[in-house]
Amino acid sequence: MLQVRGVTLQYRSHKQLVTATRRVTFSVSESDRFVVLGPSGCGKSTLLKAVGGYIRPTEGDILLDGVPVKAPAPDRVFVFQEFDQLLPWKTVKDNIVFALTASGKMQRPQAEDRAMQYIQKVKLTEFASSYPHTLSGGMKQRAAIARALAMDPRILLMDEPFAALDALTRSQMQEELLHLCQDARLTVLFVTHSISEALRIGTRILVLSAHPGQVKAELTPDACDETRLQELLFHA
Amino acid sequence: MPSALRKTALLVALAVIWEVYARWLNNPLLFPTFIDTVKALFSGIASGEIPKAATYTLRLLIEGYLAGLATAALLTAFASATQIGADFLELLTSMFNPLPAIALLPLALVWFGLGNGSIIFVLIHAVLWAVALNTYSGFRAVSPILRMVGQNYGLSKIGYVTRILIPGAFPSILTGLKIGWAFAWRTLIAAELVFGVSSGSGGLGWYIFEQKNQLLIPNVFAGLLTVILFGLIVENLIFRTIENRTVRRWGMQV
Repeated sequence: MLQVRGVTLQYRSHKQLVTATRRVTFSVSESDRFVVLGPSGCGKSTLLKAVGGYIRPTEGDILLDGVPVKAPAPDRVFVFQEFDQLLPWKTVKDNIVFALTASGKMQRPQAEDRAMQYIQKVKLTEFASSYPHTLSGGMKQRAAIARALAMDPRILLMDEPFAALDALTRSQMQEELLHLCQDARLTVLFVTHSISEALRIGTRILVLSAHPGQVKAELTPDACDETRLQELLFHA
Repeated sequence: MPSALRKTALLVALAVIWEVYARWLNNPLLFPTFIDTVKALFSGIASGEIPKAATYTLRLLIEGYLAGLATAALLTAFASATQIGADFLELLTSMFNPLPAIALLPLALVWFGLGNGSIIFVLIHAVLWAVALNTYSGFRAVSPILRMVGQNYGLSKIGYVTRILIPGAFPSILTGLKIGWAFAWRTLIAAELVFGVSSGSGGLGWYIFEQKNQLLIPNVFAGLLTVILFGLIVENLIFRTIENRTVRRWGMQV
């Protein structure tokens, strides 16, 4: 359903042209959990932003269901690493209602029901009317995931969503995400620099090299293990 | 001891010192006693003179403040939309911010004549720069992540401004509103005090000036107290309440 074909991404920083990725090609099928794994600075986040429609590729194209991606849209919902992705002036519930109504997906009364349903899924019912700044990091990410899932997107784009969490919370959240994805048969594009996270979350893993990001290998978790991925990332 | 109690105690102490000193000085023309001042305040309120002056001042203030806000909104929109607008705002703010609004009053009197037009003009000047600059820098400081979230959910241009940028910049906007209010209030009292307004009726500044001319010094003090009271009410009651209900509740105060 998602095709990334020969995508080169470049951006300007301090008058210098930085090439983030070079001719990256991969395709994601329905209900894949497709993990892009790479060291920091391999352009994986930039790649995800391009799929999100925030950046235009300088070369190649990105197609969702055969249609070129041109701009951000609610069929590709983003979950960021940063905790401030929740609107601080809205409660957990209103953050989800905002997403549903702003995108024109549904009217407020329906949106409220749906918001509560997804808040329950991520076990935040008690905190539905709390403001984000009163929540812990893990709870904020849960709320962000609930907001994304409630949108029922074609594909969920996750940019190291658990990287800023402590180890215990992270592994708990990975487990919960797996359950949620399997329940909803969701298609996910997940970016991470953690090998163990890639193995745990992914049904397919794309390994990128650093500076600029180029495809090194595409694997399934059954066909590889931590040492093999480590080798791919740091040697070869 | 809670802070409210401590402050009340301090106020009482100050009033007592005032009273003792004024009695010792025994010169009501220079320095009336606290009790005389309070009496003058109450009789001024009872006679309707102070309420009339205060209403007059407040009406003028609200008109000027709103006009200033509207101008600031236009300028900020212009600055946010175009590079030339941003340069324009930065240039004008750095030029006019150091210029006390009251310094423009003589010129305003020449342009708009002796009347409310001139006062509204200086009030706009007092409010405009602080509000425009704070709003604009608040917009620019809205985090890139929030902006991306706004775009992700397919907001329209106007929706993006009203539902992401304005609430995201609200702490800064509120600071601008507070500074703008403080400037406007001080400017207005000063303008009334020095120039009065079109003969006959006038605001609190004019009241103070007139009472001094008639050597009714307790009334002068009563007028000053009224100015202080209004300042306190707006700054500590109105703005504090807005703050508690918005930026504090959202955990966004700077």
